[in-house]
Amino acid sequence: MSSRRVTDAAALLLLLSMAVSVLLVRQVDQLRAGATLQEVLYISSPKLLKRLSLGYDGLLADVYWTRAVQYYGGMHHAGGGNYELLAPLLNITTQLDPHLIPAYEFGGTFLSAKPPRGAGLPQKAVELVEYGIHNNPDDWHLYYDLGFIYYMDLKDYSGAADAFRRGSQTPNAHPFLRILAAQMAEHGGDTQTARMLWSATFQTTHDDHVKANAASHLRALQVDQDVSDLERAVEIYRQRTGRLPASFVDMAAAGLLRGIPQDPLGQPYRLTSDGKVEVTDPDDLPFVENGLPASYVPPVVPKITPVE
Amino acid sequence: MNPRVYCIATNTFREAVRDRVLYNLIAFALLLSGAAVLVGQISIDIERLVVINLGLTAVSLFGIVIAIFIGIGLVAKEIDKKTLYTVLSRPVRRWEFIAGKFFGLAGTLVVNTTFMAIGVFAALLYVSHHLQGSDSGVLVALYFIVLQFVMITALALLFSTFSSPLLSAVFAFSLFVIGSFAEDLRGIARLTHGAAGWLETGVAYLVPNFSALNVISQVAHGEAVAPQLIAYNTAYTLVYTLAVLAGAVLIFERRNLK
Repeated sequence: MSSRRVTDAAALLLLLSMAVSVLLVRQVDQLRAGATLQEVLYISSPKLLKRLSLGYDGLLADVYWTRAVQYYGGMHHAGGGNYELLAPLLNITTQLDPHLIPAYEFGGTFLSAKPPRGAGLPQKAVELVEYGIHNNPDDWHLYYDLGFIYYMDLKDYSGAADAFRRGSQTPNAHPFLRILAAQMAEHGGDTQTARMLWSATFQTTHDDHVKANAASHLRALQVDQDVSDLERAVEIYRQRTGRLPASFVDMAAAGLLRGIPQDPLGQPYRLTSDGKVEVTDPDDLPFVENGLPASYVPPVVPKITPVE
Repeated sequence: MNPRVYCIATNTFREAVRDRVLYNLIAFALLLSGAAVLVGQISIDIERLVVINLGLTAVSLFGIVIAIFIGIGLVAKEIDKKTLYTVLSRPVRRWEFIAGKFFGLAGTLVVNTTFMAIGVFAALLYVSHHLQGSDSGVLVALYFIVLQFVMITALALLFSTFSSPLLSAVFAFSLFVIGSFAEDLRGIARLTHGAAGWLETGVAYLVPNFSALNVISQVAHGEAVAPQLIAYNTAYTLVYTLAVLAGAVLIFERRNLK
């Protein structure tokens, strides 16, 4: 066999073998789905892992943080679950690198959010973020995240106010923390407070996903408010005329509306025959509580519209 | 086997033995017997776990070091000593030389691992006085470790065909570390979009998938390894090794040795 033929055969073999190896790796991955995460079950001690990392604990923390994100993302897309490995993964990540701020910020959110969007463990989230504050006492974002968890998931308005107040005392703290602390202390349960919080998140985050999520919540608050207002107007119409309006045109003719009302995405609201107001496409408006059709079943993974 | 390949393989094996490669077995035996005696004194109920973890990790590390440090010199040393010219002046093709070197070192590592495996089971027997059915998992882990050696040997040989021994060692060791995180790499690639995602996916599939070959923790906890995984890992190792050796032949065939 000439040298030319050997090199041709070797090149062909190389390409074929690499192609087959990719197919085999995909099969192995299917068999070992989540295998890297199972390590947490074997070595759950962050101190032991820190020693085993031989000083490369920063790199190992990055690996564990990536695993936590993958785990959360995988469970989230699969429709949720009990997220049992999330807290240990975050615990290991933050103990390997106590200054890895995103692990506290996003990890706290993953842990505290109600299932199926999160683990539904707000108390664990508080512990995680408090550990972050202990190690990074001058980072105001962590106090903001802590207040957010107290407010959103624990409905503990005094805890939230205290977190915002502590955050407002850090150097370089964002001025809105002081306002949030005051607002929370006085009007914890108001819609206006929720709007302030999501607006603050929208304005201060640099992450597109977080921004889109905040925008979705702001739209949902707007829809909840719109639906309440419109149903109140329907009631006024009924009291005036003794019957329910057939459409929004009737209500506009009666001077109760300026035109056909639209949701924050520009879709017209719908008026049902029994005087209820509904959104046209509820899938586009996740987190909405008022105005959902009676038979509507929300998707497992909320549809978050990217912010342009 | 092709007689010329067989001849080069046996000579490579003999050379490794002459280089006192198998002396590492003494260090391994001391480490494991020391651990087996000590662990009974200082730990409660995890003697088997410690012996399996320590034993298999030692087998893996010793073998990886041998595979890299012998593998990187397989071609470079022959060129340095000018013995390669004597070999190639005979009716030996370059690809036969590469194949022979590979089988020689892989064979050395298999023999080495066999002795170490006997050591691991002896230590296991010493600490728990009997072997269990679940200990067959240790054999699977040892088999996977041998598969790792086969791939590392091929990679070291590949680098040896075009690079200096020092750089070859760095490349081979880096690939071992990266390959140990191959599953994480593919996970990251799945989360990345656009051109970066394509690039990461390409790299993630190009690097050797060592992570699937490490089941030490699993077998130490008495968990069974799926037979399909054994089959896929075997097929993957064969195919990947073939690809790497094809690359080595491709480079070596075109290399100007004058």
